[in-house]
Amino acid sequence: MADKSKEMQKKEIEKTDLVERTRATKIYNPDVDIIEGKDRIVVIADMPGVNENSVEVTLEDNVLTIYGRVDWDVPERMKLTHAEYGIGDYQRIFTISGEINREKIQANVKDGVLKLVMPKNNMPKMKKIAVKAG
Amino acid sequence: MLWTDGFGMFGRGLDPWSEFQRIENEMNRVLSRFVSPSTGDFPAVNIWTDGEEILVTTEIPGIDAGAIDISVTGKTLILKGAREPEQLDEGNSYHRRERWYGQFTKAIELPFTINAEKVGARFANGILTITLPRSEAEKPKKITIKSA
Repeated sequence: MADKSKEMQKKEIEKTDLVERTRATKIYNPDVDIIEGKDRIVVIADMPGVNENSVEVTLEDNVLTIYGRVDWDVPERMKLTHAEYGIGDYQRIFTISGEINREKIQANVKDGVLKLVMPKNNMPKMKKIAVKAG
Repeated sequence: MLWTDGFGMFGRGLDPWSEFQRIENEMNRVLSRFVSPSTGDFPAVNIWTDGEEILVTTEIPGIDAGAIDISVTGKTLILKGAREPEQLDEGNSYHRRERWYGQFTKAIELPFTINAEKVGARFANGILTITLPRSEAEKPKKITIKSA
């Protein structure tokens, strides 16, 4: 099946003007799915090479940052003779709305796929104010 | 490209368009040195070798290891697999959908014949690593020269 989305190449982040990096690796943008349900938002990111110890999820104000460190080594005697993809870390930054219940965000990693489940707040933040005729 | 050739360049042939064809061929020839001979189909693979063994790695996150089909015939490695799309519950919708799903088949031409009996594969953190030792029969033989 020639699915269009599969043809996409791994996308390297060109500019990282937010943070100065200390690791000399490339950073790639992981492909993500964002699914919204009635009571939660689910973010799924393909980050091959990361495990539960090398992925960091931070939420600061309304900025959600996903960062995955990829440590990979090949036997020293081996030479790369053909390369179709690059190896590096992953990073992606999202702005999330205030309706997320920050205390109850869950994250898990399986087979290189990060899944974030972000429950929505039940309490409506906006209050409608009735306008009376004067 | 050198222009010192002047008019002589067009003068060689009667058809000036043949020159563009020649430039295109030249460009393709130069570019082909950087572009791999393989198809570039999904999934992307990296191939490492030391002359005795080949290491093929590919990134296929979220696949069940049991659903990956690896077969080797002579110098060709074939990878098959599939990833199902996320099942959406009632009332859920996609805001963004970038991750791939579906089936894939990829044939990879290897630099030498493989001992199919000794092929190993490991799947960890979404990366499949296949080790393919060179077939004994094909290993280069060292020839010693006897002195008379």
